[in-house]
Amino acid sequence: MIRVSGLEKTFGEKTIINNLSFSLVAGEILGFLGPNGAGKSTTMKILTGFLKPSAGSVSILGHDVLTDPVAAQKQMGYLPEGAPAYEEMTVLAFLEFIAEIRGFTGQQRRDRITDVVRKMSLQEVLTQKIETLSKGFKRRVGLAQAIIHDPAVLILDEPTDGLDPNQKQQVRALIHSLSKDKIVIISTHILEEVTAVCNRVIIISEGQMVADCSPSALEQESRYHGAVTIRLDNALCESVSQSIRALAEVDSVEVASALVGTSDLTVFGKQGVELYPYLNRYLTQQELVPLGLFQEKGRLDDVFRRFTVGQQTVAEEAAMQGSVADKEAAL
Amino acid sequence: MSHLRTIVRRELSSYFSTHIAYVFILIFLMLSSAFTFYLGGFYERGQADLSPFFNFHPWLYLFLVPALSMRLWAEERKSGSIELLLTLPITLSEAILGKFLAAWTFTGLALSLTFPVWLTVNYLGDPDNGAILASYLGSWLMAGGFLAIGSCMSALSKSQVIAFILTGLICLLFVLAGYPMVLDLFGSWAPQMLVDAMANLSFLTHFASITKGVLSFQDLLFFLSFIFAWLWATLIVVEMKRGESA
Repeated sequence: MIRVSGLEKTFGEKTIINNLSFSLVAGEILGFLGPNGAGKSTTMKILTGFLKPSAGSVSILGHDVLTDPVAAQKQMGYLPEGAPAYEEMTVLAFLEFIAEIRGFTGQQRRDRITDVVRKMSLQEVLTQKIETLSKGFKRRVGLAQAIIHDPAVLILDEPTDGLDPNQKQQVRALIHSLSKDKIVIISTHILEEVTAVCNRVIIISEGQMVADCSPSALEQESRYHGAVTIRLDNALCESVSQSIRALAEVDSVEVASALVGTSDLTVFGKQGVELYPYLNRYLTQQELVPLGLFQEKGRLDDVFRRFTVGQQTVAEEAAMQGSVADKEAAL
Repeated sequence: MSHLRTIVRRELSSYFSTHIAYVFILIFLMLSSAFTFYLGGFYERGQADLSPFFNFHPWLYLFLVPALSMRLWAEERKSGSIELLLTLPITLSEAILGKFLAAWTFTGLALSLTFPVWLTVNYLGDPDNGAILASYLGSWLMAGGFLAIGSCMSALSKSQVIAFILTGLICLLFVLAGYPMVLDLFGSWAPQMLVDAMANLSFLTHFASITKGVLSFQDLLFFLSFIFAWLWATLIVVEMKRGESA
């Protein structure tokens, strides 16, 4: 398990991490979220023993990173931000170097390399210099070196940043394929990634933890959780939104323009109302056939923003967007 | 220890794959022979020894060694690979020593490729081969001293140009420390102890005493402890600068 307690990091006057504590057990895949500059990378650098914290402690599977970094580093695979590597080396030479440092020699080393080359589909670039590779391949080389020793703890700093959708899918599949008894920490600001691969989420903002829960719990934090979105032709939009607004169970309606000639009405129910069946019945009664009707699971970007910039700002922005959309719809 | 070997091998292979190795060796061989035969008056002297060859080594190293050492740490920090290297299960001392040893081994290789000069002098006359061997060793030790300074300077800055200039400058100081020009300047006012201490830190003084054919324990100890001290300083600087790349 990983235990982080009372972690602090200051650079000069500036506090980057402020009293961060959490622990992770085997099988947990943590999505580490936060705006740029929130301290995600710094935290990962401390966890992997690259930076020393100003205060606090980190223990990786019982090894204190501060007092015995090498023992802790043996247990970890790490993909630093931007996947740095020795660019003048060929992929094969680079992986051989990493494998050797990780203590593999001879046949064992060859097996390890064959294994990660297959997993990351690197066969075709094996004899190419890393500096000649595309961003996607470089990232895969970085991931390959991180998993070459089948580590119990895997720390990935923005593993899918700059990858195309297919490559992102591949990386996610890789994380899924890791055996279930590992600890994985992934930092990202791509929120869909969190629901796709993680089973726990920590959000930090200005160096402090502002949320620690499961991705679904996080979705429930969203004001969109349980809201219902109805897609309608623009011609119907105005009248329907007014009549829905008037319903007793409905708290508010937001209008946003969707595909050409259509609008989305997002309906928020009052506390404790099962909105979807209710609205479904209502539309049938009115003999209205919407172009689309679905229940929102919650929008993570909305939660993310609320946790990291404060509730006030988000509400204001939403109101502003709502009124703009209202006007657009009216036009 | 096995880590050390792995690091040395990786570093060495990168000298060759980036072509630094070939350029360095070529220029080193060209300049050292040019100095020996033209500036040093190898033939005109009519003496069967290699002092015209070795006398120029400190000056040659002055700009060739910084070119070799400037990338040791600056490049790692610039490309971010330092984060990879220092989160692998190795100690910082292994990384520092490994990089240094690779560079030192490489200068040893370049130096050994000057063997045709030695063959020439043996063909022409009957030189003191013991003195030549000692001089080779002394030259290599001196290159090690330069490299250790370079390692520290390279850790100090992300810019290889700055590392190059600083290394050249500090090396020049240590070369000139033994020159009468510098010593006289200090001798007029500084206490004798300081002047002696400065003369003792001089590369030229130690190198000259080795090229005479006597590899004394004192000179050996000087270069080895000099290297150790600068590598220690590298350790402190890398440790200090770690956070700045964050």
